[in-house]
Amino acid sequence: MTPLETEITALKKELVSMWMLVQSQMNKAKEALVTFDKDLAREVMIKEKRVNSFELKIDRDCENIFALYCPVAVDLRFLLAALKINTNLERIGDIAAGIALHVIESIENFDAKKLESTQLLRMYDESVNILIDTRMAFEKEDTALARSIFKRDDVLDEINEKAPDVIADLIRADINNLPEALYILSIIRKLERVGDQSKNIAEEIIFYVEAKILKHQESGKRLLEGEE
Amino acid sequence: MENTVVSATNFNAWFGDNHVVKDVTINIEKNQCIAVMGPSGCGKTTFLRCINRMHELIPGATAKGSLKLYSDEIYTMNPIYVRYKIGMVFQRPNPFPNLSIYDNVIAGYKLNGLKVPKADLDNIVQKSLTSAALWNEVKDSLYKKGTFLSGGQQQRLCIARAIAMEPEVILFDEPTSALDPISTSSVEQLFHELKEKYTLIIVTHNMQQAARVSDKTAFFYVGELVEFDDTKQMFTAPSDVRTQNYITGRFN
Repeated sequence: MTPLETEITALKKELVSMWMLVQSQMNKAKEALVTFDKDLAREVMIKEKRVNSFELKIDRDCENIFALYCPVAVDLRFLLAALKINTNLERIGDIAAGIALHVIESIENFDAKKLESTQLLRMYDESVNILIDTRMAFEKEDTALARSIFKRDDVLDEINEKAPDVIADLIRADINNLPEALYILSIIRKLERVGDQSKNIAEEIIFYVEAKILKHQESGKRLLEGEE
Repeated sequence: MENTVVSATNFNAWFGDNHVVKDVTINIEKNQCIAVMGPSGCGKTTFLRCINRMHELIPGATAKGSLKLYSDEIYTMNPIYVRYKIGMVFQRPNPFPNLSIYDNVIAGYKLNGLKVPKADLDNIVQKSLTSAALWNEVKDSLYKKGTFLSGGQQQRLCIARAIAMEPEVILFDEPTSALDPISTSSVEQLFHELKEKYTLIIVTHNMQQAARVSDKTAFFYVGELVEFDDTKQMFTAPSDVRTQNYITGRFN
């Protein structure tokens, strides 16, 4: 293994560790939401600093590799992708902390039926599954799996689009639902962004492995490119 | 094709039985800077030396196939004329040690017995040294020996010597491998200026140099031209796995 390969392997491991931490943050934030466990929510907030530290470390490692090894071709693409994946993961970490903050701020616990009827829990599970699958796609350099993320993100978008009507119905049914309904809407918006960040990561994986740029392309075209 | 200056079609070269350049087909366009890279022994320098008929100077060296300067077959042209039109700069600066800077620049005219009026020669010397970005540094010491110059200046003097013959193409065989980073930088800067007038073909082992200075890059491996593409493409997403392995240092 060349020194550059060693550096890249170490960087890849570091990104995977960050991914696992962000994934754990998302899961804990969900548990805190469902069980209304404010201590767990606080733990998520505290661990957000570790996500930030990962981001800084990975940025610095990328900078060093650029400066010391002048990477080209697949190595260059990997590093460019790593920088962007790093940013996207950090933002998902922020989202987990944002959800945890809602749990801390909320006076009353969240009604399980409302979490179900608004499809928040379904959306939550799918966004975490997408995050896990992007990590697997990254680790295995599996671009077919990365491409599957685009379609699955559409499901999150659909729930998000319907959310205002669903939330309005909740409020109309009982005005006392207002604070909880607004928190639910905010969390749905955040989960939609987890989908977007994961989609960005999937694009970076495809760029790194296949040297194809899928950014700003319609989803149909993206899928067609995968069938080539 | 109108823009093509040098073209090879199924071109081959040998040293005795050793087949060192295999079926190379390539079109090199006018006013481009081409980097040629590949591991040692891949045939890149041999191919370069074929372009100005220097390959045949080695006993037992042969070549076959089409190699053209514009529409003329290089191997049917007068080799002296070929070398007027296709200059060459070598790895180590090689000014003539006994000649002055002035005489080094016009060495091509002198050695070939070409009679040129003194005023014209003065003009050629000034133009060539200016084009080689050396005039301001040596204009007051034109009659000093070329070997008094620094390594980088000597290499630019050799470039001026090639330019003096008004070539179409200038070949460079690892032109900065014997120079320090500052001299390397000045020669690289010169490449950008020279390609306005000439077509440059540079053999280099320095991949970052190839990336910095060239418009297109050719990758040779065991005598074959594996890939020839825009340098940006070659260094971000090469199409052949051998190119990728070479430029990323994974070759073994």
